Amino acid sequence: METSPVIKVEKLVKRFRVGKGEFTALNGIELVLKRGEFAGLVGPSGSGKTTLLNIVGSLDVPTAGEAIVLGKSIGSLSAKEAARLRKENLGFIFQSYNLLAVHTVYENVEFPLLLLNFSSSERKRMIMDALEWVGLTDKVKSKPPQLSGGECQRVAIARAMVKKPSLVLADEPTANLDAANSHNILKTMVALNNDLNTTFLFATHDDKVISYLKRKIFLLDGKVDREEIKSN
Amino acid sequence: MWLAIKLGYRNLIGAGLRTWLNVIVLSFSFVVIIFMKGVMIGWDHQAKTDMTNWEIGGGQYWQKNYDPLDPFTLTESHALIPQEVKEEITKGDMEPFLIIPGTIYPQGRLQSIVIKGINPGQSLFLLPSQKLDTIADAIPAIIGSLMAKNIKADVGDQIMVRWRDANGTFDAGNIAITDIFTTNVPEVETGQIYIPLEKLQTMMMLPGEATILTFRDGQKIRPSLDGWILKNKDDLTASVDAMIKTKSVGQSVMYGILLLLAMLAIFDTQVLSIFRRQKEIGTYIALGYTRRQVVGLFTVEGTMHAILAALLSAAYGLPFLAHMAKAGWKMPIDTSEFGMAIAQTLYPVYSLGLVITTVLIMTLVTAIVSYWPSRRIARMNPTDALRGKLQ
Repeated sequence: METSPVIKVEKLVKRFRVGKGEFTALNGIELVLKRGEFAGLVGPSGSGKTTLLNIVGSLDVPTAGEAIVLGKSIGSLSAKEAARLRKENLGFIFQSYNLLAVHTVYENVEFPLLLLNFSSSERKRMIMDALEWVGLTDKVKSKPPQLSGGECQRVAIARAMVKKPSLVLADEPTANLDAANSHNILKTMVALNNDLNTTFLFATHDDKVISYLKRKIFLLDGKVDREEIKSN
Repeated sequence: MWLAIKLGYRNLIGAGLRTWLNVIVLSFSFVVIIFMKGVMIGWDHQAKTDMTNWEIGGGQYWQKNYDPLDPFTLTESHALIPQEVKEEITKGDMEPFLIIPGTIYPQGRLQSIVIKGINPGQSLFLLPSQKLDTIADAIPAIIGSLMAKNIKADVGDQIMVRWRDANGTFDAGNIAITDIFTTNVPEVETGQIYIPLEKLQTMMMLPGEATILTFRDGQKIRPSLDGWILKNKDDLTASVDAMIKTKSVGQSVMYGILLLLAMLAIFDTQVLSIFRRQKEIGTYIALGYTRRQVVGLFTVEGTMHAILAALLSAAYGLPFLAHMAKAGWKMPIDTSEFGMAIAQTLYPVYSLGLVITTVLIMTLVTAIVSYWPSRRIARMNPTDALRGKLQ
């Protein structure tokens, strides 16, 4: 049984330069996330959710403290090493889907696999599996502008999940969706969490998302305010 | 690289009309650049060919005193035609010219001219000298169309001409214009009249003498003739070569302008792409692309524009260029007053080198102007890029 944490954050500080001054977005965050957790960073706008998610996702670096993701210290990674971490181990789901508009559904989901040099037949199998998880096998040739918001987000989930990453980071994944689509998306993610034991970390202030989280980490003014763990 | 090519191709094809508009503009630049360069080369070729056909043949012997740039030498620039070349003259493979200064009085005006004596039966030049082979009460003469326009003369007109013979005595008579010819070589018509050689020799009291001996075969090894200077074709076309060299600077400027226009189109597209596609760039990075790979992708995408444009150009450009090379480019207006030698129809000359060089230069330039704005991506913070935040 694996005991090492997927995410380990210690005394994490992130400051941004704003004009001549500085803004402290994260102020001494401490956090440990184990494999298979379905957790969320919850808090109002400006509480530091997205900043923490970006650092964990190796898209940004801490000003002080340490963020260790899958055994790698984000602050000490080179750009190439950070790109490799994202490519091999992380999946991203964005609020506005961030699909490649001129590519088909198939090509969008294929992208992470192309980066990992899977063969054509392997790619095809994995893409069809991923699209089956999200129920979009009939839309392989469609392009994002031809899809609804819910469908787009499901494509984004398929793209994030296709390589079966260790950690999926989802930033406000339901913010652009209606209630029915939000629940569908969240159920899909819960199912993937259960079936593949993938660790999910959300950044959200959406009550619908919060209701699905097994672990809620409340942030306030760049600090962990409190935590809640859902009992089964 | 393969991935960048694959993604770049998908992005280009996926972008649809935007891509094709750029490709069409770029392909148009390809064709125009090759066509214009071909016209310039064709023009240069034509200048040399025309000069050969109208003036210099395969080369010349100049009487040792002859200096075409110094009219005062003309009175002394004549000598008996050497015995060694008489056989060649008889065969029609060499033509003697006697050149002397003179004056004409068109409509009472005075104009200094050069009188050239030419054999009416010659076949070495395109000059319509056979029109001199006529019996008239005046001296038969042919002139160029520019000259005719200058002196307001027409076929059948008679104009008084004055010359000074070998003894220094002034004499005068009338010339009758028997033909007006059109040529692309101003040097053979400006300020010149052509009359029969024997007539001029008689007028000048210089029987059997000439100033220039022009031969047909430029490949033959020529003997040196006493009192005559051998001028081979390279010597005689040196001025045209110099002109071509000078013109090539202008051509290069034009070539550069056309390249710049094409470059601007791609540069514009790439800059717009970067600002419009920031989120996409952020997404690439989030999914595991390095910044260098993103720059590579955009560079490949831009370069692919040039490759697609080259293919499109081949589709419609090759037939067009081939047609123009055959049919020529007819000047829309009369070029006789341009002050430079332009044929009424220019025949572009293209070489494989020209086509390959143009395609390579365009592709390289496109790659550079695609790479240039793409470098900015390397400095873009991925979190800002993901939010589509302008920097």
